[in-house]
Amino acid sequence: MYAYDELDRTLINERVSEFRDQVKRRLSGELTEDEFKMLRLQNGVYLQLHAYMFRVAIPYGTLSSEQLRRMAHVARKYDRGYGHFTTRQNIQFNWIKLAELPDALADLADVGIHAMQTSGNNTRNVTSDQWAGVAPGEIEDPRIWSELLRQYTTLHPEFSFLPRKFKFAITASDHDRAAIKVHDIGLRLYRNAAGETGFEVLVGGGLGRTPFIGKTIKPFVHGHDLLSYVEAILRVYNQYGRRDNIYKARIKILVHELGIEKFAREVEEEWLQMRDSALQIDDSVIEDIRSRFSYPTYEKLPHMPDELKKAAHDPHFEAWRKNSTFPHKVPGYAIAVLSLKPVGGPPGDATADQMDAIADLADRYSFGEIRVGHEQNLALPHVARRDLPALWKALDRIGVATPNVNLVSDIIACPGLDYCSLANARSIPIAQELTRRFANHDTANLIGRLHINISGCINACGHHHVGHIGILGVEKNGEEFYQITIGGRADEKAEVGTLIGPAVPYGDVADVIEDIVEAYLALRARPDELFIDAVKRLGVEPFRERVYATR
Amino acid sequence: MTSPLQQKIKISGPSVITANRTWDGIVIWRTAAKGWSAELSDAAIVRTADEARALLAESVADDVGAIGAYIAPVEIRDSGKIKPGNLREHIRSAGVTIDLPVPA
Ligand code: HEM
Ligand code: SF4
Repeated sequence: MYAYDELDRTLINERVSEFRDQVKRRLSGELTEDEFKMLRLQNGVYLQLHAYMFRVAIPYGTLSSEQLRRMAHVARKYDRGYGHFTTRQNIQFNWIKLAELPDALADLADVGIHAMQTSGNNTRNVTSDQWAGVAPGEIEDPRIWSELLRQYTTLHPEFSFLPRKFKFAITASDHDRAAIKVHDIGLRLYRNAAGETGFEVLVGGGLGRTPFIGKTIKPFVHGHDLLSYVEAILRVYNQYGRRDNIYKARIKILVHELGIEKFAREVEEEWLQMRDSALQIDDSVIEDIRSRFSYPTYEKLPHMPDELKKAAHDPHFEAWRKNSTFPHKVPGYAIAVLSLKPVGGPPGDATADQMDAIADLADRYSFGEIRVGHEQNLALPHVARRDLPALWKALDRIGVATPNVNLVSDIIACPGLDYCSLANARSIPIAQELTRRFANHDTANLIGRLHINISGCINACGHHHVGHIGILGVEKNGEEFYQITIGGRADEKAEVGTLIGPAVPYGDVADVIEDIVEAYLALRARPDELFIDAVKRLGVEPFRERVYATR
Repeated sequence: MTSPLQQKIKISGPSVITANRTWDGIVIWRTAAKGWSAELSDAAIVRTADEARALLAESVADDVGAIGAYIAPVEIRDSGKIKPGNLREHIRSAGVTIDLPVPA
């Protein structure tokens, strides 16, 4: 956990009173909607189909039990008893009243939570590996650097009116769980041949209308140069990024149009002028941030405690353990992923009661800490392996122990036309139907790792481009249609998927996905050749054939 | 926002003006009595671009009461009942098409 200092607390509290005043002036008519819109967006307040939507940041996906309880409280008191975890370590409330928003913000501010820069053309919530600090083999806790960037970019005047939104993600593991290659700036912390740690800096990744995989702009930037280098990138973007056309305004378009070499030269020039400025970060700054992260005092525990041996006879427990628990850097401990993808449920939603129960379980079994990942699941990051059976029982009771993590029913989906004013088509009912089709865990395990991602429009909030199977809602003559892509991925080998053919109507989507999965099962070279690898080997043709031969 | 009086407005059938209520965000429709209602059945129906423009202008002028006013298509049944003209508007008036995680 990270402990905010006085400055942060003051900032957050001041922000609440400012917003309270702004809302008051809006409701009295002193501010017009045109004047107010920018102010509300800076506090994470959108207008959706049925109501305002309120987006709250969960910096680097780390939450305390107290914070999660407070989210439950907000869901219960100001919303309809649930919240939606998004792909960027935020939570959204869908039914909040403008008049009550200042109170909700104030309640969140009490526990150090805010909604600053969760929308608008600024630097958004800096996301990280949700297993930061506990993943085996990690170079260093990437959240230290996320926090540095959070402090640096929050309300930074130069970055508050960028051409368009700007998203950072950081990982410090070989396996990228933070999707850094589809972010405006992706940072990979690693150790170079000389044994120094620093960052590979990627730039220009993004999804939306024009998807791009980020390109390496500099293979190694030392930690103390991180802020100056990032600022150099943002300056070049701020200067040349297009403000005349919203569809061409993201940095990915600039990088693409200039070419990465030219863009890199511009950045280098800018950087050389300022790298030795006040932006050089002193070790003491990093040490100060590091010291504000608290880590549990782990016990010396056995890898195979009796509790675990005994529980191994229960096939339901074993199914969950094998699927949803992952190695921890400390022996005797595990990371437990909580699936927010129940069969037939909307992906990423958690009720207030679930949030409260999870907070209690975090206190009991995970040193009071919860993590939020971009796959829209939660995790308890420090569970003693001996506690896994008891934890599983409790999770199962509240419906978050579906053993489908990373499997076909662990679907990422945006809110789509059920909530979103920009949508062409619905996402959630498609996801629900698919989870029912693939409800059988044996079948899902037989299929193996397979990520289905669904977006209700080309903005790609559901990451459809980088789903192993991507589903994109489009509209044709007033009807919902869906384009299907395959072969995308969001990890260290990130790729944009390939369209398999003409869009299919709403009622056919689940059948088409089943066809694709069946084709894969028939075509895979071995049982352990994953879907994504089979597509890489075979191309889209055999899948296209299978889907369209009879349609 | 460009004033509706300057906008090119085309409608292809009976239409209504809809928006969200400022203080709580709920979906509302402009009524013939120059007010707003949370019931589509109360909505004023316009059938020409000029009528639509006038009703929209009047709606947009109520900046304190409503936000994001726009013209939405409707169908008028033989019974006289007003139905939303497309799926988006159907969802706006009838609510999400899924079960909410917590029943209301
Ligand atoms: C419901 C209200 C939402 C609205 C109005 C909205 C709006 C948008 C827009 C306009 C874009 C495209 C930006 C661009 O390419 O310049 C976008 C991208 C994105 N949004 Fe959303 N979004 C919403 C909800 C969500 C949710 C629920 C998630 C997570 C599940 C999410 C995560 C993202 C991500 C990851 C991207 C694409 C990555 C990128 O920026 O390139 N958004 N959103
Ligand atoms: S992808 Fe489109 S439909 Fe889905 S949340 Fe984003 S803007 Fe809305």
